[in-house]
Amino acid sequence: MSVLIFAELDEGKLKKSSQEAIFYGSKVAGMLGTSATAVVIGAADQNELATAGRFGATKVLHAADAKLNEVNGMAYASVVAAAAQQEGAKVVVLAKSSLGDAMAARLAGKLKAGLAPNVIDLPDLSNGFRVKTSIYTGKAFAYNELKADVKILAIKKNTIAPEETDATASVEAFTPTVADSDFVLKVTNTEKATGDILLPEADLVVSAGRGLKGPENWGIVEDLAKALHAATACSKPVSDLDWRPHHEHVGQTGIKVSPNLYIAAGISGAIQHLAGVNSSKVIVVINKDPDAPFFKSADYGIVGDVFEVLPKLTKAVQALN
Amino acid sequence: MKILVCVTSVPDTTTKITFTDNNTKFNKAGVQFITGPYDDYALARAVELKEKLGASVTVFNVGEADAEPVIRKCLAIGADDAIRVNAEPIDAYFVAEQIAAVAKETPYDLILMGRESIDYNGGQVHGIVGELLGIPSISPVMKLDIDGTTAKMTREIEGGKEDIEAQLPLVLGCQEPIAEWKIPNMRGIMTARTKPLKIVQPAGQDSLTTVASYELPAPRGSVKMIPADEAETLITLLRTEAKVI
Repeated sequence: MSVLIFAELDEGKLKKSSQEAIFYGSKVAGMLGTSATAVVIGAADQNELATAGRFGATKVLHAADAKLNEVNGMAYASVVAAAAQQEGAKVVVLAKSSLGDAMAARLAGKLKAGLAPNVIDLPDLSNGFRVKTSIYTGKAFAYNELKADVKILAIKKNTIAPEETDATASVEAFTPTVADSDFVLKVTNTEKATGDILLPEADLVVSAGRGLKGPENWGIVEDLAKALHAATACSKPVSDLDWRPHHEHVGQTGIKVSPNLYIAAGISGAIQHLAGVNSSKVIVVINKDPDAPFFKSADYGIVGDVFEVLPKLTKAVQALN
Repeated sequence: MKILVCVTSVPDTTTKITFTDNNTKFNKAGVQFITGPYDDYALARAVELKEKLGASVTVFNVGEADAEPVIRKCLAIGADDAIRVNAEPIDAYFVAEQIAAVAKETPYDLILMGRESIDYNGGQVHGIVGELLGIPSISPVMKLDIDGTTAKMTREIEGGKEDIEAQLPLVLGCQEPIAEWKIPNMRGIMTARTKPLKIVQPAGQDSLTTVASYELPAPRGSVKMIPADEAETLITLLRTEAKVI
Protein backbone atom coordinates (compact mmCIF):
# COMPACT_ATOMS: atom_id res chain seq x y z
CA MET A 1 0.00 0.00 0.00
CA SER A 2 3.02 2.29 0.36
CA VAL A 3 3.60 5.44 -1.66
CA LEU A 4 6.28 4.75 -4.24
CA ILE A 5 8.85 7.34 -5.30
CA PHE A 6 11.20 7.02 -8.23
CA ALA A 7 14.50 8.59 -7.15
CA GLU A 8 16.89 9.48 -9.93
CA LEU A 9 20.65 9.15 -9.62
CA ASP A 10 23.25 11.49 -11.01
CA GLU A 11 26.70 9.91 -10.96
CA GLY A 12 25.71 7.56 -8.16
CA LYS A 13 24.13 10.28 -5.97
CA LEU A 14 20.44 10.98 -5.40
CA LYS A 15 19.51 14.06 -7.40
CA LYS A 16 18.33 17.06 -5.42
CA SER A 17 15.00 16.98 -7.24
CA SER A 18 14.64 13.35 -6.18
CA GLN A 19 15.28 14.21 -2.54
CA GLU A 20 12.41 16.67 -2.90
CA ALA A 21 10.27 13.94 -4.51
CA ILE A 22 11.04 11.54 -1.65
CA PHE A 23 10.10 14.15 0.93
CA TYR A 24 6.92 14.93 -1.01
CA GLY A 25 6.10 11.22 -1.26
CA SER A 26 6.66 10.72 2.46
CA LYS A 27 4.25 13.59 3.20
CA VAL A 28 1.60 11.98 0.97
CA ALA A 29 2.27 8.64 2.69
CA GLY A 30 1.68 10.38 6.02
CA MET A 31 -1.65 11.74 4.77
CA LEU A 32 -2.65 8.25 3.64
CA GLY A 33 -1.41 6.56 6.81
CA THR A 34 1.21 4.49 5.04
CA SER A 35 4.97 4.51 4.43
CA ALA A 36 7.15 5.77 1.58
CA THR A 37 9.31 3.46 -0.52
CA ALA A 38 11.88 4.80 -2.96
CA VAL A 39 12.93 2.95 -6.10
CA VAL A 40 16.47 3.63 -7.24
CA ILE A 41 17.85 2.25 -10.49
CA GLY A 42 21.52 1.95 -11.42
CA ALA A 43 24.84 1.62 -9.61
CA ALA A 44 25.03 3.38 -6.23
CA ASP A 45 26.56 2.50 -2.87
CA GLN A 46 24.40 1.34 0.01
CA ASN A 47 25.22 4.31 2.25
CA GLU A 48 24.10 6.77 -0.40
CA LEU A 49 20.88 4.80 -0.90
CA ALA A 50 20.18 4.77 2.82
CA THR A 51 20.19 8.60 2.79
CA ALA A 52 16.74 8.37 1.19
CA GLY A 53 15.67 7.85 4.82
CA ARG A 54 16.75 11.39 5.68
CA PHE A 55 13.97 12.65 3.42
CA GLY A 56 11.31 10.29 4.71
CA ALA A 57 11.61 6.98 2.83
CA THR A 58 11.54 3.94 5.10
CA LYS A 59 12.65 1.54 2.41
CA VAL A 60 14.68 1.66 -0.79
CA LEU A 61 14.24 -0.87 -3.57
CA HIS A 62 17.50 -0.92 -5.47
CA ALA A 63 17.51 -2.28 -9.02
CA ALA A 64 21.18 -2.67 -9.88
CA ASP A 65 21.12 -5.06 -12.84
CA ALA A 66 24.05 -4.03 -15.06
CA LYS A 67 21.64 -3.80 -18.00
CA LEU A 68 20.06 -0.83 -16.21
CA ASN A 69 23.26 1.17 -15.81
CA GLU A 70 22.51 3.11 -18.96
CA VAL A 71 19.56 5.46 -18.41
CA ASN A 72 16.55 4.07 -20.26
CA GLY A 73 13.08 5.55 -19.72
CA MET A 74 11.20 2.52 -21.01
CA ALA A 75 13.13 -0.06 -18.96
CA TYR A 76 13.06 2.17 -15.87
CA ALA A 77 9.28 2.55 -16.20
CA SER A 78 8.98 -1.23 -16.29
CA VAL A 79 11.05 -1.49 -13.09
CA VAL A 80 8.89 1.08 -11.29
CA ALA A 81 5.70 -0.62 -12.52
CA ALA A 82 6.98 -3.92 -11.12
CA ALA A 83 7.80 -2.19 -7.82
CA ALA A 84 4.33 -0.62 -7.69
CA GLN A 85 2.84 -4.06 -8.15
CA GLN A 86 5.03 -5.68 -5.50
CA GLU A 87 4.31 -2.92 -2.98
CA GLY A 88 0.66 -2.54 -3.93
CA ALA A 89 1.37 1.17 -4.37
CA LYS A 90 -1.57 3.35 -5.36
CA VAL A 91 0.44 6.58 -5.56
CA VAL A 92 3.69 6.96 -7.53
CA VAL A 93 5.73 10.18 -7.27
CA LEU A 94 8.47 11.32 -9.66
CA ALA A 95 10.40 14.56 -10.02
CA LYS A 96 9.97 16.19 -13.39
CA SER A 97 13.02 15.76 -15.62
CA SER A 98 13.54 14.48 -19.12
CA LEU A 99 13.79 10.97 -17.65
CA GLY A 100 10.96 11.46 -15.12
CA ASP A 101 8.57 12.75 -17.77
CA ALA A 102 9.30 9.86 -20.14
CA MET A 103 8.82 7.34 -17.33
CA ALA A 104 5.62 8.93 -15.98
CA ALA A 105 3.92 8.57 -19.35
CA ARG A 106 4.97 4.95 -19.94
CA LEU A 107 3.95 4.14 -16.34
CA ALA A 108 0.53 5.75 -16.81
CA GLY A 109 0.06 3.51 -19.85
CA LYS A 110 1.16 0.38 -17.98
CA LEU A 111 -0.85 1.01 -14.81
CA LYS A 112 -3.79 2.79 -16.45
CA ALA A 113 -3.15 5.48 -13.91
CA GLY A 114 -4.50 8.99 -13.45
CA LEU A 115 -1.52 11.19 -14.16
CA ALA A 116 -0.95 14.72 -12.91
CA PRO A 117 1.97 16.44 -14.67
CA ASN A 118 3.53 19.65 -13.28
CA VAL A 119 2.30 19.17 -9.71
CA ILE A 120 3.07 22.18 -7.52
CA ASP A 121 1.50 21.36 -4.16
CA LEU A 122 0.60 18.50 -1.83
CA PRO A 123 -2.68 16.76 -2.72
CA ASP A 124 -5.98 17.60 -1.05
CA LEU A 125 -7.59 14.38 0.16
CA SER A 126 -10.63 15.93 1.82
CA ASN A 127 -12.84 15.17 -1.16
CA GLY A 128 -11.35 12.51 -3.41
CA PHE A 129 -7.76 13.02 -4.56
CA ARG A 130 -7.19 16.54 -5.82
CA VAL A 131 -3.87 18.00 -6.84
CA LYS A 132 -2.83 21.45 -8.04
CA THR A 133 -0.91 21.61 -11.31
CA SER A 134 0.58 24.37 -13.40
CA ILE A 135 -1.03 24.81 -16.85
CA TYR A 136 -0.78 27.23 -19.80
CA THR A 137 2.95 27.33 -19.18
CA GLY A 138 2.52 28.77 -15.71
CA LYS A 139 -0.12 31.31 -16.72
CA ALA A 140 -2.77 29.42 -14.69
CA PHE A 141 -3.34 26.50 -12.33
CA ALA A 142 -5.74 23.56 -12.42
CA TYR A 143 -7.10 21.49 -9.56
CA ASN A 144 -7.10 17.97 -10.99
CA GLU A 145 -9.29 15.24 -9.63
CA LEU A 146 -7.49 11.91 -10.08
CA LYS A 147 -10.19 9.26 -10.35
CA ALA A 148 -8.17 6.19 -11.32
CA ASP A 149 -7.16 3.55 -8.78
CA VAL A 150 -3.46 4.31 -9.30
CA LYS A 151 -2.25 7.92 -9.30
CA ILE A 152 1.00 9.26 -10.70
CA LEU A 153 2.29 12.67 -9.64
CA ALA A 154 5.13 14.35 -11.53
CA ILE A 155 6.26 17.21 -9.31
CA LYS A 156 7.91 20.43 -10.39
CA LYS A 157 11.05 21.74 -8.76
CA ASN A 158 10.41 23.82 -5.62
CA THR A 159 7.04 22.20 -4.94
CA ILE A 160 8.05 21.49 -1.37
CA ALA A 161 11.06 22.34 0.80
CA PRO A 162 12.50 19.06 2.12
CA GLU A 163 13.23 18.77 5.83
CA GLU A 164 15.95 16.31 6.78
CA THR A 165 16.14 13.95 9.73
CA ASP A 166 18.82 11.48 10.86
CA ALA A 167 16.78 8.46 9.76
CA THR A 168 18.19 5.90 7.37
CA ALA A 169 16.21 3.76 4.96
CA SER A 170 16.56 -0.01 4.72
CA VAL A 171 17.88 -1.07 1.33
CA GLU A 172 16.60 -4.14 -0.50
CA ALA A 173 17.85 -5.50 -3.79
CA PHE A 174 15.12 -5.45 -6.40
CA THR A 175 15.43 -7.71 -9.43
CA PRO A 176 12.36 -7.53 -11.63
CA THR A 177 12.32 -9.05 -15.11
CA VAL A 178 12.56 -6.37 -17.75
CA ALA A 179 11.57 -7.33 -21.31
CA ASP A 180 14.16 -7.13 -24.10
CA SER A 181 11.73 -4.89 -26.00
CA ASP A 182 12.63 -2.12 -23.52
CA PHE A 183 16.23 -2.13 -24.77
CA VAL A 184 15.75 -1.40 -28.47
CA LEU A 185 16.95 2.23 -28.60
CA LYS A 186 20.60 2.54 -29.54
CA VAL A 187 22.27 5.66 -28.18
CA THR A 188 25.14 6.30 -30.58
CA ASN A 189 26.49 9.54 -29.14
CA THR A 190 25.95 11.73 -26.07
CA GLU A 191 27.01 15.35 -25.71
CA LYS A 192 26.59 16.74 -22.25
CA ALA A 193 27.97 19.88 -20.71
CA THR A 194 30.20 18.76 -17.85
CA GLY A 195 31.01 20.60 -14.69
CA ASP A 196 28.21 23.10 -15.26
CA ILE A 197 25.15 23.37 -13.06
CA LEU A 198 22.23 21.89 -14.96
CA LEU A 199 19.61 24.49 -15.77
CA PRO A 200 16.44 22.54 -14.82
CA GLU A 201 17.99 21.65 -11.44
CA ALA A 202 19.51 25.03 -10.65
CA ASP A 203 18.38 27.13 -7.67
CA LEU A 204 19.85 30.25 -9.22
CA VAL A 205 19.81 31.17 -12.90
CA VAL A 206 21.53 34.01 -14.76
CA SER A 207 19.95 34.49 -18.16
CA ALA A 208 20.72 36.88 -20.97
CA GLY A 209 19.19 38.00 -24.24
CA ARG A 210 19.97 39.91 -27.39
CA GLY A 211 20.97 42.90 -25.27
CA LEU A 212 24.34 41.17 -24.91
CA LYS A 213 24.92 41.93 -28.61
CA GLY A 214 26.89 38.79 -29.42
CA PRO A 215 28.12 35.40 -28.13
CA GLU A 216 31.59 36.87 -27.55
CA ASN A 217 30.14 38.97 -24.72
CA TRP A 218 28.85 36.02 -22.67
CA GLY A 219 31.87 36.15 -20.37
CA ILE A 220 30.17 38.73 -18.10
CA VAL A 221 27.09 36.48 -17.83
CA GLU A 222 29.21 33.44 -17.02
CA ASP A 223 31.25 35.40 -14.48
CA LEU A 224 28.16 36.37 -12.49
CA ALA A 225 26.76 32.83 -12.78
CA LYS A 226 30.05 31.41 -11.55
CA ALA A 227 30.22 33.79 -8.58
CA LEU A 228 26.65 32.86 -7.60
CA HIS A 229 27.02 29.12 -8.42
CA ALA A 230 24.15 29.67 -10.83
CA ALA A 231 23.28 28.05 -14.15
CA THR A 232 23.31 30.13 -17.33
CA ALA A 233 20.29 30.47 -19.61
CA CYS A 234 19.22 32.51 -22.60
CA SER A 235 16.22 33.81 -24.53
CA LYS A 236 14.85 32.21 -27.71
CA PRO A 237 16.42 34.70 -30.17
CA VAL A 238 19.83 34.00 -28.65
CA SER A 239 19.41 30.26 -29.12
CA ASP A 240 17.95 30.75 -32.63
CA LEU A 241 21.00 32.83 -33.56
CA ASP A 242 23.19 29.99 -32.24
CA TRP A 243 24.90 32.30 -29.78
CA ARG A 244 24.10 29.72 -27.09
CA PRO A 245 23.09 26.02 -27.22
CA HIS A 246 19.41 25.12 -27.43
CA HIS A 247 19.39 23.41 -24.03
CA GLU A 248 19.90 26.85 -22.44
CA HIS A 249 16.83 28.36 -24.12
CA VAL A 250 14.23 29.28 -21.51
CA GLY A 251 10.65 30.10 -22.51
CA GLN A 252 7.38 28.78 -23.81
CA THR A 253 9.04 26.55 -26.42
CA GLY A 254 12.18 25.92 -24.40
CA ILE A 255 13.01 24.89 -20.86
CA LYS A 256 10.64 25.96 -18.12
CA VAL A 257 12.48 26.81 -14.94
CA SER A 258 11.36 27.48 -11.39
CA PRO A 259 14.51 28.55 -9.54
CA ASN A 260 14.67 30.61 -6.36
CA LEU A 261 16.30 33.43 -8.31
CA TYR A 262 16.11 34.29 -12.02
CA ILE A 263 18.28 37.17 -13.21
CA ALA A 264 17.42 38.38 -16.71
CA ALA A 265 19.93 40.67 -18.42
CA GLY A 266 19.12 42.30 -21.74
CA ILE A 267 15.88 40.37 -22.17
CA SER A 268 12.83 42.51 -22.97
CA GLY A 269 10.35 39.96 -21.56
CA ALA A 270 8.08 38.80 -24.36
CA ILE A 271 5.08 36.86 -23.02
CA GLN A 272 6.57 33.65 -24.45
CA HIS A 273 9.74 34.17 -22.41
CA LEU A 274 7.80 34.98 -19.24
CA ALA A 275 5.91 31.70 -19.66
CA GLY A 276 9.14 29.81 -19.09
CA VAL A 277 10.21 31.69 -15.97
CA ASN A 278 7.06 32.91 -14.23
CA SER A 279 7.21 30.27 -11.51
CA SER A 280 10.60 31.58 -10.34
CA LYS A 281 10.48 32.78 -6.72
CA VAL A 282 12.37 36.03 -7.29
CA ILE A 283 12.93 37.70 -10.66
CA VAL A 284 15.55 40.39 -11.29
CA VAL A 285 15.45 42.32 -14.56
CA ILE A 286 18.33 44.39 -15.91
CA ASN A 287 17.58 46.34 -19.08
CA LYS A 288 18.60 49.68 -20.53
CA ASP A 289 15.04 50.27 -21.75
CA PRO A 290 12.88 51.48 -18.81
CA ASP A 291 9.78 50.46 -20.80
CA ALA A 292 10.88 46.82 -21.23
CA PRO A 293 7.73 44.77 -20.40
CA PHE A 294 9.77 42.40 -18.23
CA PHE A 295 9.95 45.02 -15.43
CA LYS A 296 6.21 44.51 -14.86
CA SER A 297 6.87 40.88 -13.90
CA ALA A 298 10.01 41.53 -11.88
CA ASP A 299 10.63 41.77 -8.14
CA TYR A 300 13.78 43.85 -8.56
CA GLY A 301 14.75 45.98 -11.53
CA ILE A 302 17.76 47.92 -12.68
CA VAL A 303 17.52 50.28 -15.64
CA GLY A 304 21.05 50.35 -16.97
CA ASP A 305 23.68 49.06 -19.35
CA VAL A 306 24.18 45.31 -18.83
CA PHE A 307 27.87 45.72 -19.72
CA GLU A 308 28.30 47.93 -16.67
CA VAL A 309 25.76 46.40 -14.30
CA LEU A 310 26.69 42.71 -14.61
CA PRO A 311 30.40 43.14 -13.70
CA LYS A 312 29.33 45.31 -10.73
CA LEU A 313 27.04 42.57 -9.49
CA THR A 314 29.77 39.97 -9.93
CA LYS A 315 32.13 42.07 -7.82
CA ALA A 316 29.49 42.53 -5.13
CA VAL A 317 28.87 38.77 -4.95
CA GLN A 318 32.59 38.06 -4.76
CA ALA A 319 32.93 40.62 -1.96
CA LEU A 320 30.10 38.89 -0.11
CA ASN A 321 31.68 35.47 -0.42
CA MET B 1 5.80 5.07 -45.38
CA LYS B 2 2.75 6.15 -43.43
CA ILE B 3 3.02 9.03 -40.99
CA LEU B 4 0.40 10.10 -38.47
CA VAL B 5 0.82 13.65 -37.13
CA CYS B 6 -1.22 14.41 -34.02
CA VAL B 7 -2.00 18.08 -33.57
CA THR B 8 -3.64 20.16 -30.87
CA SER B 9 -5.75 23.26 -31.31
CA VAL B 10 -4.56 25.58 -28.55
CA PRO B 11 -4.84 29.26 -27.56
CA ASP B 12 -2.27 31.47 -29.28
CA THR B 13 0.88 31.91 -27.19
CA THR B 14 0.07 35.57 -26.49
CA THR B 15 -3.39 34.78 -25.06
CA LYS B 16 -4.34 36.28 -21.73
CA ILE B 17 -5.80 33.28 -19.94
CA THR B 18 -9.13 33.75 -18.12
CA PHE B 19 -11.87 31.45 -16.85
CA THR B 20 -15.65 31.58 -16.60
CA ASP B 21 -18.42 29.75 -14.74
CA ASN B 22 -16.89 30.26 -11.34
CA ASN B 23 -13.41 29.26 -12.58
CA THR B 24 -14.52 25.93 -14.00
CA LYS B 25 -14.31 26.70 -17.74
CA PHE B 26 -11.64 28.19 -19.98
CA ASN B 27 -12.91 31.44 -21.45
CA LYS B 28 -12.73 31.01 -25.24
CA ALA B 29 -14.19 34.47 -25.96
CA GLY B 30 -11.88 36.46 -28.21
CA VAL B 31 -9.19 33.78 -28.08
CA GLN B 32 -7.42 32.86 -31.29
CA PHE B 33 -6.71 29.14 -31.62
CA ILE B 34 -3.59 27.91 -33.39
CA THR B 35 -1.87 24.62 -34.15
CA GLY B 36 0.27 23.71 -31.14
CA PRO B 37 3.71 25.26 -31.88
CA TYR B 38 5.50 21.96 -31.21
CA ASP B 39 2.94 20.07 -33.31
CA ASP B 40 3.72 22.50 -36.13
CA TYR B 41 7.36 21.37 -36.04
CA ALA B 42 6.25 17.72 -36.18
CA LEU B 43 3.99 18.43 -39.15
CA ALA B 44 6.70 20.38 -40.98
CA ARG B 45 9.16 17.48 -40.63
CA ALA B 46 6.50 14.98 -41.76
CA VAL B 47 5.85 17.03 -44.91
CA GLU B 48 9.60 17.25 -45.57
CA LEU B 49 9.92 13.47 -45.23
CA LYS B 50 6.97 13.05 -47.58
CA GLU B 51 8.65 15.26 -50.19
CA LYS B 52 11.97 13.46 -49.79
CA LEU B 53 10.92 9.84 -49.38
CA GLY B 54 7.35 9.72 -50.62
CA ALA B 55 5.21 9.16 -47.54
CA SER B 56 1.54 9.68 -46.81
CA VAL B 57 0.80 12.14 -44.02
CA THR B 58 -2.42 11.94 -42.00
CA VAL B 59 -3.32 14.66 -39.53
CA PHE B 60 -5.03 13.55 -36.34
CA ASN B 61 -6.89 15.62 -33.79
CA VAL B 62 -9.05 14.92 -30.79
CA GLY B 63 -11.39 17.87 -30.67
CA GLU B 64 -14.77 19.32 -31.39
CA ALA B 65 -15.83 20.98 -34.64
CA ASP B 66 -14.15 24.26 -33.67
CA ALA B 67 -10.75 22.54 -34.17
CA GLU B 68 -11.36 22.20 -37.92
CA PRO B 69 -9.68 25.47 -39.01
CA VAL B 70 -6.46 24.16 -37.44
CA ILE B 71 -6.89 20.78 -39.19
CA ARG B 72 -7.53 22.46 -42.56
CA LYS B 73 -4.42 24.56 -42.11
CA CYS B 74 -2.39 21.37 -41.53
CA LEU B 75 -3.85 19.95 -44.75
CA ALA B 76 -2.92 23.20 -46.53
CA ILE B 77 0.65 22.81 -45.30
CA GLY B 78 0.89 19.44 -47.03
CA ALA B 79 -0.85 16.63 -45.12
CA ASP B 80 -2.90 14.31 -47.35
CA ASP B 81 -5.91 13.61 -45.20
CA ALA B 82 -7.18 14.05 -41.65
CA ILE B 83 -9.00 12.26 -38.88
CA ARG B 84 -10.85 14.12 -36.15
CA VAL B 85 -12.09 12.22 -33.13
CA ASN B 86 -15.19 14.10 -32.17
CA ALA B 87 -14.61 14.60 -28.45
CA GLU B 88 -13.18 17.05 -25.99
CA PRO B 89 -9.54 16.08 -25.27
CA ILE B 90 -10.19 15.39 -21.58
CA ASP B 91 -6.78 14.14 -20.50
CA ALA B 92 -3.56 12.63 -21.85
CA TYR B 93 -4.68 9.03 -21.36
CA PHE B 94 -7.95 9.61 -23.19
CA VAL B 95 -6.20 11.28 -26.15
CA ALA B 96 -3.53 8.56 -26.25
CA GLU B 97 -6.25 5.90 -26.30
CA GLN B 98 -7.86 7.55 -29.33
CA ILE B 99 -4.53 7.67 -31.18
CA ALA B 100 -3.79 4.05 -30.27
CA ALA B 101 -7.24 2.95 -31.49
CA VAL B 102 -6.67 4.55 -34.90
CA ALA B 103 -3.11 3.21 -35.13
CA LYS B 104 -4.26 -0.32 -34.32
CA GLU B 105 -6.65 -0.18 -37.25
CA THR B 106 -4.13 1.33 -39.68
CA PRO B 107 -0.50 0.78 -38.68
CA TYR B 108 1.72 3.84 -39.06
CA ASP B 109 5.51 3.77 -39.37
CA LEU B 110 5.82 7.06 -37.53
CA ILE B 111 3.47 8.76 -35.11
CA LEU B 112 4.66 12.32 -34.62
CA MET B 113 3.39 15.05 -32.33
CA GLY B 114 4.72 18.02 -30.41
CA ARG B 115 6.72 17.35 -27.26
CA GLU B 116 3.79 18.82 -25.31
CA SER B 117 0.62 20.80 -25.87
CA ILE B 118 0.91 24.40 -24.75
CA ASP B 119 -2.34 24.35 -22.79
CA TYR B 120 -1.73 21.50 -20.35
CA ASN B 121 2.03 21.12 -20.95
CA GLY B 122 1.82 17.49 -19.86
CA GLY B 123 4.13 16.05 -22.51
CA GLN B 124 2.66 12.64 -21.77
CA VAL B 125 0.60 11.60 -24.78
CA HIS B 126 3.50 10.21 -26.86
CA GLY B 127 4.70 8.02 -24.01
CA ILE B 128 1.27 6.61 -23.27
CA VAL B 129 0.65 5.92 -26.98
CA GLY B 130 4.00 4.10 -27.17
CA GLU B 131 3.04 2.00 -24.18
CA LEU B 132 -0.46 1.21 -25.48
CA LEU B 133 0.97 0.16 -28.87
CA GLY B 134 4.00 -1.59 -27.39
CA ILE B 135 6.48 0.50 -29.38
CA PRO B 136 9.23 2.93 -28.31
CA SER B 137 8.48 6.58 -27.60
CA ILE B 138 11.17 9.26 -27.72
CA SER B 139 10.92 12.95 -26.75
CA PRO B 140 11.93 15.72 -27.24
CA VAL B 141 13.30 14.93 -30.69
CA MET B 142 15.14 17.82 -32.36
CA LYS B 143 16.44 15.99 -35.46
CA LEU B 144 14.93 13.11 -37.43
CA ASP B 145 16.15 11.27 -40.50
CA ILE B 146 14.86 8.01 -41.94
CA ASP B 147 17.18 5.47 -43.52
CA GLY B 148 15.16 2.48 -44.74
CA THR B 149 13.42 1.19 -41.62
CA THR B 150 15.83 2.92 -39.23
CA ALA B 151 15.16 6.30 -37.68
CA LYS B 152 18.18 8.40 -36.72
CA MET B 153 17.31 11.01 -34.17
CA THR B 154 18.76 13.59 -31.83
CA ARG B 155 17.03 13.99 -28.50
CA GLU B 156 17.56 16.85 -26.07
CA ILE B 157 18.54 15.79 -22.57
CA GLU B 158 19.35 17.95 -19.55
CA GLY B 159 22.42 19.98 -20.38
CA GLY B 160 22.96 18.40 -23.78
CA LYS B 161 21.73 15.99 -26.40
CA GLU B 162 22.09 12.41 -27.55
CA ASP B 163 21.92 10.65 -30.89
CA ILE B 164 19.61 7.65 -31.03
CA GLU B 165 18.92 4.99 -33.63
CA ALA B 166 15.82 2.81 -33.56
CA GLN B 167 13.71 0.70 -35.86
CA LEU B 168 10.29 1.90 -37.02
CA PRO B 169 7.53 2.03 -35.91
CA LEU B 170 8.08 4.80 -33.35
CA VAL B 171 6.18 7.50 -31.50
CA LEU B 172 8.05 10.80 -31.30
CA GLY B 173 7.48 14.05 -29.42
CA CYS B 174 9.07 16.79 -31.53
CA GLN B 175 10.54 20.22 -30.92
CA GLU B 176 12.67 22.77 -32.76
CA PRO B 177 14.91 22.66 -34.74
CA ILE B 178 13.54 19.43 -36.29
CA ALA B 179 12.20 21.51 -39.20
CA GLU B 180 11.25 25.07 -40.06
CA TRP B 181 7.59 25.91 -39.60
CA LYS B 182 5.76 25.88 -42.92
CA ILE B 183 3.31 28.55 -44.04
CA PRO B 184 0.53 27.34 -46.34
CA ASN B 185 0.53 28.78 -49.86
CA MET B 186 -2.58 29.68 -51.87
CA ARG B 187 -2.55 26.41 -53.81
CA GLY B 188 -2.27 24.47 -50.55
CA ILE B 189 -5.19 26.37 -49.04
CA MET B 190 -7.34 25.67 -52.14
CA THR B 191 -6.56 21.94 -52.26
CA ALA B 192 -7.00 21.58 -48.48
CA ARG B 193 -10.71 22.32 -48.87
CA THR B 194 -11.33 19.08 -50.71
CA LYS B 195 -8.88 16.79 -48.90
CA PRO B 196 -10.65 14.04 -46.91
CA LEU B 197 -11.39 14.80 -43.26
CA LYS B 198 -12.88 11.80 -41.52
CA ILE B 199 -14.83 12.35 -38.32
CA VAL B 200 -14.91 9.38 -35.96
CA GLN B 201 -16.51 8.80 -32.60
CA PRO B 202 -14.23 8.30 -29.58
CA ALA B 203 -13.21 4.83 -28.48
CA GLY B 204 -15.27 4.49 -25.28
CA GLN B 205 -13.39 5.25 -22.09
CA ASP B 206 -14.19 7.28 -19.06
CA SER B 207 -11.48 9.79 -18.24
CA LEU B 208 -9.06 8.98 -15.45
CA THR B 209 -8.78 12.62 -14.39
CA THR B 210 -10.94 15.72 -14.53
CA VAL B 211 -10.30 19.35 -13.73
CA ALA B 212 -12.40 20.44 -10.75
CA SER B 213 -11.49 24.11 -11.08
CA TYR B 214 -8.93 26.60 -12.35
CA GLU B 215 -7.09 29.45 -10.73
CA LEU B 216 -5.02 32.39 -11.91
CA PRO B 217 -1.70 33.15 -10.21
CA ALA B 218 -1.63 35.96 -7.69
CA PRO B 219 -0.07 39.06 -9.24
CA ARG B 220 3.53 39.71 -8.33
CA GLY B 221 4.10 42.57 -5.93
CA SER B 222 5.38 45.80 -7.45
CA VAL B 223 8.92 45.90 -8.74
CA LYS B 224 11.59 47.50 -6.58
CA MET B 225 13.84 49.64 -8.77
CA ILE B 226 17.52 50.05 -7.95
CA PRO B 227 19.57 52.85 -9.55
CA ALA B 228 22.24 51.48 -11.92
CA ASP B 229 25.06 53.27 -10.10
CA GLU B 230 24.07 51.46 -6.89
CA ALA B 231 23.70 48.09 -8.60
CA GLU B 232 25.67 46.32 -5.87
CA THR B 233 22.89 46.99 -3.34
CA LEU B 234 20.83 44.44 -5.30
CA ILE B 235 23.11 41.69 -4.03
CA THR B 236 22.60 42.83 -0.44
CA LEU B 237 18.81 42.88 -0.94
CA LEU B 238 18.85 39.41 -2.48
CA ARG B 239 20.59 38.13 0.62
CA THR B 240 18.88 40.07 3.40
CA GLU B 241 15.41 40.83 2.03
CA ALA B 242 14.61 38.16 -0.58
CA LYS B 243 16.88 35.59 1.13
CA VAL B 244 17.63 33.72 -2.07
CA ILE B 245 21.44 33.88 -2.10
